[in-house]
Amino acid sequence: MTKSIMIVGVGGQGTLLASRILGNTVIREGYDVKVSEVHGMSQRGGSVVTYVKYGEKVYSPTIDKGEADLILAFEILEAARALPFLKNDGTMIANTQEINPMPVITGAAKYPENLADKLDKQSKLVKLDALSLAREAGNIKTVNVVLIGVLAKNSEIPYEKWIESLKETVPEKLLDVNLKAFDLGYNL
Amino acid sequence: MKKLLLGNAAVARGAYEAGVRVVASYPGTPSTEITENIVKYDEIYAEWSPNEKVAAEVAIGASIAGARSMSCMKHVGLNVMADPVFTSCYTGVNAGLVFCVADDPGMHSSQNEQDSRHYAKAAKIPMLEPSDSGECKEFTKLAFEISEKFDTPVFLRLSTRISHSQSLVELCDRQNDELKPYEKNAPKYVMMPGNAIKRHVDVENRLLALKEFSENSDINTEEINSTDIGIICGGTTYLYAHEALGDKASYLKIGMVYPLPDKKIIDFAKKCKKVYVCEELDPIIETQCKALGLDVIGKEAFTLLGEYTPSMIKSAVLGEKIPKENALLEPLPARPPVMCAGCPHRGAYFVLKKLGLTVSGDIGCYTLGAVPPLASIDTTICMGASVSAAHGMAKARGSEFNKKLVSVIGDSTFMHSGITGLTDIVYNKGANTVIILDNSITGMTGHQDNPTTGYTIRGEETKQVNLISLCKALGVEHVVVADPFDVKEFERVVKEEVNRDEPSVIISQRPCALLKRVKYTGHCKIGDNCKNCKMCMKLGCPAISVKDDKVVIDNTQCNGCGLCVNVCPFGAISKED
Repeated sequence: MTKSIMIVGVGGQGTLLASRILGNTVIREGYDVKVSEVHGMSQRGGSVVTYVKYGEKVYSPTIDKGEADLILAFEILEAARALPFLKNDGTMIANTQEINPMPVITGAAKYPENLADKLDKQSKLVKLDALSLAREAGNIKTVNVVLIGVLAKNSEIPYEKWIESLKETVPEKLLDVNLKAFDLGYNL
Repeated sequence: MKKLLLGNAAVARGAYEAGVRVVASYPGTPSTEITENIVKYDEIYAEWSPNEKVAAEVAIGASIAGARSMSCMKHVGLNVMADPVFTSCYTGVNAGLVFCVADDPGMHSSQNEQDSRHYAKAAKIPMLEPSDSGECKEFTKLAFEISEKFDTPVFLRLSTRISHSQSLVELCDRQNDELKPYEKNAPKYVMMPGNAIKRHVDVENRLLALKEFSENSDINTEEINSTDIGIICGGTTYLYAHEALGDKASYLKIGMVYPLPDKKIIDFAKKCKKVYVCEELDPIIETQCKALGLDVIGKEAFTLLGEYTPSMIKSAVLGEKIPKENALLEPLPARPPVMCAGCPHRGAYFVLKKLGLTVSGDIGCYTLGAVPPLASIDTTICMGASVSAAHGMAKARGSEFNKKLVSVIGDSTFMHSGITGLTDIVYNKGANTVIILDNSITGMTGHQDNPTTGYTIRGEETKQVNLISLCKALGVEHVVVADPFDVKEFERVVKEEVNRDEPSVIISQRPCALLKRVKYTGHCKIGDNCKNCKMCMKLGCPAISVKDDKVVIDNTQCNGCGLCVNVCPFGAISKED
């Protein structure tokens, strides 16, 4: 069976690094893997979506609506936007951080209220304030690794494999703070 | 050893293993990372050329001189390099020559959705199309073999999903990297009518031989399962169709898009009850099938627009309904891309918007100046058009219109194809004002150096093109440098320059906020004397928003660039550490 994971967020939040850590972890388990990324214009503060699929043999690198086993959302509005992609019994891991999109900043639209509660009614939701945990780890840029920690806890892949992959992906001088961030997410 | 590689990185690996010695490209999403990955191999000379035409010519020259060579670009870059490419088909090659072009169905980061497969037929150049990273590497190597065997340049066609998806690749060693001897051969390489007439005969004969190759090569492969449904597909659509239909269908996977294997197609169609041609963008394979007299279903079941998905194919072929979505029952605000906090372009657009000027725009991060609240740009067409199109506007509507008109173009785009437009303005007695938004880098594609930065693709120091001297040498008498964050002075300069009856250039100089050497510190803070006038909201900074009718600055987004401090009319915003 192919497992389909979507990572969604706002350009600049570090979703690419998260998908690479995930990709590098699942190949350690001997799976066929495809990771589909977004580069270029959409990266500039826009909605970004990365697909990670693994299993015995993966064909399409993309995930269709209703087919994601798990969605890892870096921002709560992006979690809501990605909801149509989640399987009926899928898990939504969502950072409750709110980042205003430009139509909200200009007053052309309103940021929806109580999104976490609404998502909770329609999916298996794991919510957390990843920004606070990243701050606790010592660097607010580790939001992505905190979230990977939560994902790891919700996966069948052993803890050690994640740590090995993290050590390989993250620059050495930032390793300690990232390991701390990972554990804060893992032990949520 | 197997490695998880981006399609683009796999093309670079293929070029390395094929013994490539020279790669010249211009950055463009989704192709950029091919050349960025080439840099990892010391054996290969790599460069960012000023534009794609130059890049293609560098690769053509290197091939004639005996080195396996490659040039990589996005689909619209192929338009820029089309001139040398069409004639390189006539000269053929000495060492292998590959043009790698990446299309962008769905327009993730492009101004159009053209299908580059048309170029293969138009230029009479064979084209290969891989469908995952493993094939990216293998097809690149095969492209070099075909190039030398048939004495022709070869296209490798990618698309966003292939370029930007990672999958597993088996790594091999480098081979064939010795230079071939160079011998003068004017009848082959001097394309004037007397020689080219003879070479055209060779081109047509070569295509017949390539057609034979396409029929017999296993790059075009059949996968026979249930013969109720036959799918002719290639690249991304092979993946989507297989995911959607599995063994409910048989597949003819086309790896060589041009020339197509007619006999193989006819043979496959005979085996299947109902045959679909599933291809993104234009009906290229479908048209060929129909010309062969085959009864195939193509665009009547699918679409000419955007990317395909497995569920769309399932619904078109099997008639399965797409299940109802689990979505929130309220509209969600869109999140379009925006200029980053600290972006130097923001100051320039703030002034242009304030002055109500007509703005002829160009291609780069600064195209985002078209979206609210800055919403300054009137037109965006292609690389360099900001300058020449504004010249046309001024000639059409006269001097008064021109005094409310500016062009905006980035430093890299100016070097790419803005220089010729500016030359036109000077030569043909124009009086336009061109603003070069010089952020010291090629921004949108992810920070590539260019002739104005003073560094090569390998980060080595090099001679830096001086934009002031360049513009003056073209005959522009009025060249002014201004800081877009000093909004008052910037406004004064723009007013003065647009009012001239002569051409002028304003170099809006401030580096991209994402460059490592740019170190803004602290955050901006709104003080008690804020009158809530919301002038700062006009900047469209992602860090500034309104909460409970009060302006607030989000510290996690603000990088302390200080632009808002400069625009606040009441001095209510200050920097804190």
